[in-house]
Amino acid sequence: MMIKINMAADIVTTPILAEAIIETGSLLNISQAHFDPIHGEVVAEIPSDQLVKIRDALVSRGAEVVVLNTPIHRDEEECVECGACISVCPVKVFSFADDWSIEADSDKCIQCGTCLKMCPHNALALGQ
Amino acid sequence: MVKKSIHEINGRIRDGSVNVVTAEEMVDIVGELGAEGAAKEVDVVTTGTFGAMCSSGVWLNFGHSEPPIRIGKLWLNDVEAYSGVAAVDAYIGATQQSQSKGIEYGGAHVIEDLIRGNSIDLHGTSPGTDCYPRKVIDTTINIYDLNQAIMLNPRNSYQKYNAATNSTNHTLHTYMGSLLPHHGNVTYSGAGVLSPMHNDPNYETIGTGTRIFLGGTQGYIVGEGTQHSPAAGFGTLMLKGDLKNMSSEYIRAATFEGYGTSLYVGMGIPIPILNEDLAKATAITDDDIVTNLLDYGIPSRDRPVLRTVTYGELRSGSIDINGKEVPTSPMSSFKKSRQIANELKDWIKAGEFFVSMPVERLPTTTPCNAMKQSNVDLLVVDIMSSDVTTIHEDAGFHDAAKIIMEKQFNHLPVVDSGNHLVGIVTAWDISKAVAKDEHDLVKDIMTRKVVTTSPDEAVDISAFKLDSNNVSALPVIDSNKHVVGIVTSDDISKLLARRH
Repeated sequence: MMIKINMAADIVTTPILAEAIIETGSLLNISQAHFDPIHGEVVAEIPSDQLVKIRDALVSRGAEVVVLNTPIHRDEEECVECGACISVCPVKVFSFADDWSIEADSDKCIQCGTCLKMCPHNALALGQ
Repeated sequence: MVKKSIHEINGRIRDGSVNVVTAEEMVDIVGELGAEGAAKEVDVVTTGTFGAMCSSGVWLNFGHSEPPIRIGKLWLNDVEAYSGVAAVDAYIGATQQSQSKGIEYGGAHVIEDLIRGNSIDLHGTSPGTDCYPRKVIDTTINIYDLNQAIMLNPRNSYQKYNAATNSTNHTLHTYMGSLLPHHGNVTYSGAGVLSPMHNDPNYETIGTGTRIFLGGTQGYIVGEGTQHSPAAGFGTLMLKGDLKNMSSEYIRAATFEGYGTSLYVGMGIPIPILNEDLAKATAITDDDIVTNLLDYGIPSRDRPVLRTVTYGELRSGSIDINGKEVPTSPMSSFKKSRQIANELKDWIKAGEFFVSMPVERLPTTTPCNAMKQSNVDLLVVDIMSSDVTTIHEDAGFHDAAKIIMEKQFNHLPVVDSGNHLVGIVTAWDISKAVAKDEHDLVKDIMTRKVVTTSPDEAVDISAFKLDSNNVSALPVIDSNKHVVGIVTSDDISKLLARRH
């Protein structure tokens, strides 16, 4: 499952991710990270059964943890099934079925949003 | 030699005995029966395509107001339409964008809204004349209020189109979609095996007056499209059809991030199989259609061709570029193209659509020349400063500060031991390093992602690069990544000041 970890400016320079990994022994796979002077945001994949452990370890260090349980959403009315989204997705969420329909494996989605910008018909959205 | 007439085929459509197949199905039929056998068996082959057709628009007639107005400027949902024709006629183009919403909403969206029967706000202005005294008109209309809504695509259904990729170190936003850095992806357009014009490459049955499928209704080919370039396999068509009978299933507005709006248009052409040559032509496969893979990272009319590629390769999901497997994305929908070819097939089989011969064939030798430019454009080499000092990446930042101070410029290109450009240091980078007191080498404080130019690049492109990347200088490098000069925003400002 995917989680988003938000860190305020006061903890952004401390190694809370590393501490949480060592403490819980959980493998946290970072798929996106954005840092600027005022905050940090990390999107990571974790084993579902370790959510509580990891969340507690991070929250106790001042981070905010949000479960991203609503990955990419495709509006089938808007989508013309061109396939523009296929080549820009870093984790291959989209593919063509045998009849050239679009298939989306949402479980793979790391919510980077690249496909949203690629879609000419505004048919893709995150967090709906 | 098989020989059939349009009259004969239309007779079969009328009595229900016509044999119609799609261009995709025709491949196997010709494979099995041969061209002669297939020509005897099959009467019509249907094609289809559904993709972005920027060169699209609709002629609208609103009827006269009371008191009347000769509209000079017109906006529909805040999108400007061209109304410099008579009093209440206008042409709304697909790529015109909303004055308030930008590329989120454009002419293409107005067209889709019209088809859907949605209300459109109309605002028109006029200087006022004795016969047309009104100066301003504001009203709300929908498609049913219009006398005519005639789609006219000046350039539609490219015979084939180039595939696109990007060699630069940043994402490009183009009419071919997002192109990821370092050849991260390839995009292409066109329906390959179903591509209408590729199934009749000699334009035997495609020409002025040919009846076609357009946007879900019957339309017609007006003639050659603009930029028609048949010798290169890039023929185009001008099309017309009644928007009032079209469906949003086949006409869809689109927005390309960082580029603008466009219209996805569904069209299909029936190819009457009059002889075995036509049967053979309609058996074309994706592997037979070859196009060029262009580097859109070069912002020039003459983009370099990286390699040729077939539609078969493109549709396989990935292609090889310099030994790397690169994923491909179509920008047009093959599923919809197939749907169009099948719908056209159903119309013909049901006796609702009759095939026609063109009253005039498309030209086969039209040249497609570049624009004549009477003013000579300045190149980077004409304005760059050749007096540029570089610094080695292992030098201390105090040395960099000293050079910047002595030479009195703000940008210092950084090179490696082979003299290749690897970064750039500005006076601002040095100030930051001093303030933080953290680093002592140039390579620790330099910007590694440098936007560069070359001596033979047009100054306009350099100005665009400075603006779009929000930087104030571009190192000028040769093909070996050696620094041969630098162009700054000051150089371009001075140039503009001289021009005015």
